[in-house]
Amino acid sequence: MADKLLVNPIDCKGHAACAELLPEAITLDEWGYPVLDPRPLPPGLERHARAAVSACPTLALRLQRA
Amino acid sequence: MTAVTDSTESDAAVGLPRLLPPPQEKRARQGLEQHLARHGRLPYRDRAGTLIRDIESAGLTGRGGGAFPVHRKLQAVSDAADRYRRTPAVIANGAESEPASDKDATLLWLSPHLVLDGLQLAAEAVGADTAILYTHANRKNDVGARLREAIAQRQERGIDRVPVQLAEAPARFLAGQETALLSHLSGRAAVPTFMPPRITERGLGNAPTLVQNVETLAHLALIARRGPRWFRAVGTEQEPGSMLATVRRLDGQPKISEVPLGIPLLTLTGELRQDGAVLIGGYHGTWVTAGQAQQLTMDNASLAKAQAKVGAGIVITLPSDRCGIVETARVVRYLALESAGQCGPCLNALPRIAAALAEIAGGRFRKGTLEDVDRWSDQVAGRGACHHPDGTTRFVASALRTFAAEVALHKAGRCSAASKKPFLPVPQATARAETDWI
Ligand SMILES: Cc1cc2nc3c(=O)[nH]c(=O)nc-3n(C[C@H](O)[C@H](O)[C@H](O)COP(=O)(O)O)c2cc1C
Ligand code: SF4
Ligand code: SF4
Repeated sequence: MADKLLVNPIDCKGHAACAELLPEAITLDEWGYPVLDPRPLPPGLERHARAAVSACPTLALRLQRA
Repeated sequence: MTAVTDSTESDAAVGLPRLLPPPQEKRARQGLEQHLARHGRLPYRDRAGTLIRDIESAGLTGRGGGAFPVHRKLQAVSDAADRYRRTPAVIANGAESEPASDKDATLLWLSPHLVLDGLQLAAEAVGADTAILYTHANRKNDVGARLREAIAQRQERGIDRVPVQLAEAPARFLAGQETALLSHLSGRAAVPTFMPPRITERGLGNAPTLVQNVETLAHLALIARRGPRWFRAVGTEQEPGSMLATVRRLDGQPKISEVPLGIPLLTLTGELRQDGAVLIGGYHGTWVTAGQAQQLTMDNASLAKAQAKVGAGIVITLPSDRCGIVETARVVRYLALESAGQCGPCLNALPRIAAALAEIAGGRFRKGTLEDVDRWSDQVAGRGACHHPDGTTRFVASALRTFAAEVALHKAGRCSAASKKPFLPVPQATARAETDWI
């Protein structure tokens, strides 16, 4: 089953590292906080998604089974 | 403050009020003896779980604002307890953090034993060994002392099987949100935490936790005694039973009525002026025009037509000498200040939206201000750890819709209000420091 991204908005400090690594599914709002594509990740993006998750300095980003 | 209660003879014909004292005992606190004489003994089932089926048949939903089916939460907690082999906790939520509401304080003041009965029965239904009653600290009437007395009396008489602890809720808007409540009970600030897991799985001290509004528990205690058919004798097929409403008409004073779900909105507001407006559901609620109000009944199926919800049962009529935009701007400023400021989108959007509304209220606002409000509202939707931003932006959008003519007037530097005296109740003190939340 495809995975889905989930951000903990309390832990997220808007470092934007995630959006740089996964622009296909993460954009930034006008204050630099991530807006996640609510749809399940398209196949092929899992590896980038995992990279984005591990790049988050506050461990705010997660991958969840959709 | 504990409000005047309101009931009529036609109510008595359908068996209302159920939760509040009968009209002939108007405003009389129901002591333990009166309570037992009116409602009979506490009907323990002596088996976990059996009450859940009755609650399902009754169709009871949460009265704290979300209208979530109660049996599903009871079942979820009960299942989680089995799965994790953890004894659950049950919490009665009487925080009533919504400043315009007074129904929970009134219920706790007048019929405390009904709520305490519900707490015991819910604890039995899910097999809990911890029961907490969480109530608002800053009320005029000393509800806390009243409850301590009631709890002690019940203990003495051996009524309660699970000892009840009383906990004070900080007087903050978010203090009644369930994860904020748990955080407070765990000795931290009363601000929301991020789910998942759900608190029904892992809540207080990681135990499966049931949080229900105090009114919900009072209904539960009566369903346990009288059964689902009795409960369904009033209300609609889809949304059965009665509810407590806090009604504020032109004098602004709260009046608590117990009404069947599905009654015409106008029975609560009385006749409305043609250009009048009504706020339904409080500060996370929706403004509707008098024209809409005439078509609506107090149930979610009907209110959805005006993008409104029953919420916690607040119905407020705006007086003709007040400006809906000025009133909304003042409340939104309060809501923005009450944001826990933990989540980026909420921290950024709410103060900006509040400032934009203040600008609109002040008149001759910038060209792009309305577009800004729309865009910020879209951006913050669904992106906080709690629903505070969503509720706030729903309230704002409804104001801009309902008072569109007034907005145009303000654009031209005018305002229709004859009186600048604040109408909607907003607490004076807002949180400034971490300690305000504890
Ligand atoms: C910002 C916010 C404030 C809330 N305040 C209260 C409150 O004061 N009292 C209450 O019963 N529920 C409040 N709730 C809802 C609770 O989180 C919870 O859903 C409710 O207590 C569950 O009880 P019920 O299902 O019986 O309504 C609030 C929710 C939010 C998002
Ligand atoms: S990297 Fe982490 S902290 Fe930074 S924006 Fe993404 S989720 Fe938020
Ligand atoms: S969404 Fe806003 S109010 Fe809710 S937890 Fe986040 S910052 Fe606090």
